[in-house]
Amino acid sequence: MFEIRGLSKRFGGLQAVKAVDFDLAEGEVVGLLGPNGSGKTTVMNLISGVFPANGGSIRLGGRRLDGLPAHRIAKEGVSRTFQLVRLAPSLSVRQNVLLSLSFGARPVSGREAERRADEALSRVGLEGVGDARVPDLNYIDQKRVELARAVATRPRLLLLDEWLAGLNPTELRAAIALVGSLRDDGATILLVEHIMEAVRALCPRSIVMRAGEKIADGPTAEVLNDRRVVEAYLGGAAHV
Amino acid sequence: MRPAVSALACALLVAGLAALPLFVGGYGQGVLVGLMNAVVLASAWALFSGPTKYVSLATVAFFGIGAYTVAVLTETMPFGAILAVAGAIGVAVALLVGLATLRLAGVYFVIFSFGLAELVRQIITWFETSVNRTLGRYIFIDLSATAIYWMLLALAVAVIGTRWLIERGRLGLAVHAIGDDEIVARHAGVDVTKVKLALFALSALAMTLAGAIQAPRWTYVEPSIVFNPNISFTALIMALLGGATRLWGPVFGAVPLFFFFEWLSVTMPGQFSIVLGLTFIVIVFLVPNGVLDLAEKGLRKTRGPNAGDARHV
Ligand SMILES: Nc1ncnc2c1ncn2[C@@H]1O[C@H](COP(=O)(O)OP(=O)(O)OP(=O)(O)O)[C@@H](O)[C@H]1O
Ligand SMILES: [Mg+2]
Repeated sequence: MFEIRGLSKRFGGLQAVKAVDFDLAEGEVVGLLGPNGSGKTTVMNLISGVFPANGGSIRLGGRRLDGLPAHRIAKEGVSRTFQLVRLAPSLSVRQNVLLSLSFGARPVSGREAERRADEALSRVGLEGVGDARVPDLNYIDQKRVELARAVATRPRLLLLDEWLAGLNPTELRAAIALVGSLRDDGATILLVEHIMEAVRALCPRSIVMRAGEKIADGPTAEVLNDRRVVEAYLGGAAHV
Repeated sequence: MRPAVSALACALLVAGLAALPLFVGGYGQGVLVGLMNAVVLASAWALFSGPTKYVSLATVAFFGIGAYTVAVLTETMPFGAILAVAGAIGVAVALLVGLATLRLAGVYFVIFSFGLAELVRQIITWFETSVNRTLGRYIFIDLSATAIYWMLLALAVAVIGTRWLIERGRLGLAVHAIGDDEIVARHAGVDVTKVKLALFALSALAMTLAGAIQAPRWTYVEPSIVFNPNISFTALIMALLGGATRLWGPVFGAVPLFFFFEWLSVTMPGQFSIVLGLTFIVIVFLVPNGVLDLAEKGLRKTRGPNAGDARHV
């Protein structure tokens, strides 16, 4: 359903993503792992169209996404959250969700849009918070708003960049259940995550990157025991 | 109930403003024209720059294009037709310039917009001196100050009404999101370039018409008169004082500052630019979000800390 071939990105002298290939099947939840700076966020930025790739192709259901501007990619049904929360602070919480419902894939308007926005908000645990101002929410709640904005449009592909980071153990369990419920609804999800408990619970399959390259791809349990993956993480940790 | 009351209040306000010139003399009518021009330019500036936060110094480029079109076409066609041509030229220039520059980051846009006004002025000066062999032009269109004031009032209603409509609809969401974070807007599916271009063209249309409508008052125009950069600066300062992100902000800034600048140009014409610059600095430091925002905050404080607070958590 989703297919990446030879994806590459250079920042000046730094090759952040090197000829990465992978496929995602419909309804699959896949972990994208790797040490800090290995290129995970850059892959997501290339998929969602933050900047163009230097090479390679991205296809969703046979349609090419590479080369399209970000708003067209969103309309094709790709939604995401950002590693550092990005919201429109001058809009209310509900309006942030209405934004993607009004302009994203299969736009809706009026009462239907309001209903869908409130539905998405209550799904992420923000029932009755629609009228609040974004700056009045704490960081975790802002992350929830971002997720509501991403899932309200019922995307074909959902990209979550460390959405579970910074949660306490209780919140983490609830959040894992929430992402699990999105998977049960049939969403295809690419999940960048450092919390292995979440990856094990949510992702039957994982892809591991190191220094811009894909070094492993397979069942999560096997991948995490792979010698190269263990080395990558130890190598990565040695720099911190 | 409430929308009906607001609509009635607006209708009464417009009717009252329309009747004003009937009660004042020739001097007063001239003042009213200047005042309404300030309201139109500040509101038109804020229509684009308020929500998108792109600071434009191109106001006078469009204002001057409007005035010069009238000067060139005077006596060739009816005034209404001249206005239509002027508006079309203003929009065409805005679309051309917008396509080339609205992908630029904010800082570069400010500089470019300032340069644009100079460029248009230089092109017209060159054309007039080398092709036409004259610099100034006379305008023979018989329009009373009151008629011009009424046209400007109608334009002000159109600009503020357009902004109100935009704010109400889904376009309003897009416009505010663009001002906050373009990446957020794009990822939600907003064609950011198209929205910015549309707002820029609308704002330019109003500025062009303001220049065109007032041209008959001058009888003689010259590039240095109609492309005076102070026009760009004053419009910007007025909108900022009231608050560019609010519907009525530019009006609240335009009225007091118009009288202040008038007083200034009479009492110390030599120091006008210096005081203009100082006013700008004072506003940016003391009321960065405009006086309406300040008033609202003050009101919230006197009503108690939780009044008007939309917090539900
Ligand atoms: N916009 C950019 N401009 C220049 N360099 C960048 C940019 N974005 C990322 N990089 C660099 O590319 C490399 C990969 O960064 P990326 O953010 O993709 O890593 P990551 O795997 O998401 O890391 P983390 O786990 O810390 O989030 C890093 O060296 C980073 O500094
Ligand atoms: Mg990252």
